[in-house]
Amino acid sequence: MRDVAVVGFTQSKVSRREFDRNETEILMPVIQELKKEMNLENTDIDFICSGSSDYLAGQSFAFVAGLDAVGAWPPVSESHVEMDGAWALYEAWVKMQMGYADISLVYGFGKPSMGDLPHTMALQLDPYAVMPLWPDAVSMAALQARLCLDGNVFDERAMADVAVRDRSHAKNNPFAQVSGDFEADALLAEPYLVSPLRKHDCSPISDGASAIILVAGDRVGEFCDRPAWIRGFEHIVEPQDLGARDLTQSRSTAIAGEKAGVGKDKVDVAEIYAPFSHQSILVERALGVGPETTLNPSGGALAGNPIMATGLSRIGEAAAQVWNGTADRAVAHATSGPCLQQNLVCVLEGN
Amino acid sequence: MTEPPASLTAPHHLAYTYKRSLGPVLGAFFNGLRERRILGVRRANGGVLVPPKEYDPESGESIDEMVEVSDEGTVASWAWVNAPRAHQPLDRPFAYALILLDGAETPLLHIIDAPNESDIKTGMRVRARWADETSGSILDIACFEADDGSKPQPKPAAKADGGDPIEILRIPVELDYTYSAGQSASRLLRGLAEGRLIGQRCPVDGKVYFPSRGSCAKHAVPLSGDPVELTDRGTLVTFSINRVPSENIKLELPYAAIQVVLDGADTTFFHVLGECNIEDVRMGMRVQAVWKPREEWDQSVGNILYFKPLDEADADFDSYKEHI
Repeated sequence: MRDVAVVGFTQSKVSRREFDRNETEILMPVIQELKKEMNLENTDIDFICSGSSDYLAGQSFAFVAGLDAVGAWPPVSESHVEMDGAWALYEAWVKMQMGYADISLVYGFGKPSMGDLPHTMALQLDPYAVMPLWPDAVSMAALQARLCLDGNVFDERAMADVAVRDRSHAKNNPFAQVSGDFEADALLAEPYLVSPLRKHDCSPISDGASAIILVAGDRVGEFCDRPAWIRGFEHIVEPQDLGARDLTQSRSTAIAGEKAGVGKDKVDVAEIYAPFSHQSILVERALGVGPETTLNPSGGALAGNPIMATGLSRIGEAAAQVWNGTADRAVAHATSGPCLQQNLVCVLEGN
Repeated sequence: MTEPPASLTAPHHLAYTYKRSLGPVLGAFFNGLRERRILGVRRANGGVLVPPKEYDPESGESIDEMVEVSDEGTVASWAWVNAPRAHQPLDRPFAYALILLDGAETPLLHIIDAPNESDIKTGMRVRARWADETSGSILDIACFEADDGSKPQPKPAAKADGGDPIEILRIPVELDYTYSAGQSASRLLRGLAEGRLIGQRCPVDGKVYFPSRGSCAKHAVPLSGDPVELTDRGTLVTFSINRVPSENIKLELPYAAIQVVLDGADTTFFHVLGECNIEDVRMGMRVQAVWKPREEWDQSVGNILYFKPLDEADADFDSYKEHI
């Protein structure tokens, strides 16, 4: 395996609605800042890969406008995934493994505030027998949460504890949308949004963008004193049909974690992309991370969910914990699809 | 300094209908629903998948043995929707539910119509309430309802002859967006409402973008804030002849679709050419905008009906060659 490291990460401050900026205008300062910090020009970058979704924008090929934020002249080598930017980062990593690139720029962006996000997410479901019922994303997650609650996999307090933890961690994250000190008792006294989920169980709807620079091999030292080396990387998918999989665990996360080598050594920090509190518990368990691991020091997705950038930001936040010496070993997780259908695990190490 | 006015917003309604071919397995399922029967498919391990799939989700093996299951079953999970969204099956509170039908191995996602959340429990028995009219859709099951042990309402009689088998499923999709134009496009559109054409300058090479989206696509920098006012005259740099009618363009066919560089601008924009025989259209022609009557102007590039030829000498090729 070729040595590849995460050396740079920038993100926008996420907000419920970016009213005065289009996607390109949100993305441009994020990429400009990153290139400036890394002292990189486009001509230094071998490969550019992005993640976004045209459904969020309501326009086909909406992602092409994102390239305006990069500046594709002279022409650049570029690719795009209709997924979270974490998968774009995977594509870039594979390209670097193949020896086709030494420096890659990866970005993700989303402006879901233009539409009704939970409604739009129904379009990722089976289009024949499920989507015509228009189950929104919150209802889908609620079905999963109830299976876990009824099965005594965990209780509502454990879910509230996730929100308390993540919102508290988010106080140290200047880019977070939801943060502060909360009591589980008070959260549990709130009414249900879609029973059995309350508002605190759901990630906010957020507009935002993030970007990462990957560097391979000998050149890493030019960019970072303590790079976050990618030592394991895997993504695994389960069937689309909710009935065909066990929703009370995340088998694909467990498999991806094992293949990425999460359990080979102590994990200091894990950044988890769980759009709903109960999914955080399922992912933590599937990864096998225990009390010695600090979970979501950034606040995770419950503190801000700029969809299509959230997973990429988990990799950036985990890398930042390695850069600053807090973690020798950090794990980043990203998810896609309803009820944790597809999961990506990236292991980052300081040595 | 005064705050810039808020960005303009506009609704964007996206509606289209997918036409999906069914094939033998899904075809049997949806034709079954039209007859008010629920069919699953048998897996190699003997279990029955509902809704059916063409392939076993674990082994990937082809499966096609259709098996009828009951339209009654047990609630495996449910989510109470207090405030239904547009397009959801009921406009009053209801539950999405995973329902394990008798005879099936996997639960079906559907809805339960119940007066209150407290009327639903995991493990409760439910039965399908069929729609009065069926068409071969998951919505042929109107909903599930509590099976209180009473005699179910008799199923509405299925038509003896349901017509030809359904081979294509029509799935309508509707999505609503509210676009905010952002500061830059809002200024452009507000200018158009006053009959003004406002471009913006790239701070790197000084080139003027019209229309502008607020950023230079070449240098990846925000365009400088100062607006550059342009005239409505320019040079036609390239064209094509259009012989296909369009709802939005009222010109008589055939007409020329053109790329114009306005005087003072460095980027082209798309419009159409009127008041000109197509034999006379040529690169380098000098053209001018023909506007709608002032009282019809709104915040739209449609305020310009078309461009018309100017009685001027053609522009020199070198002056526009970089735009071809």
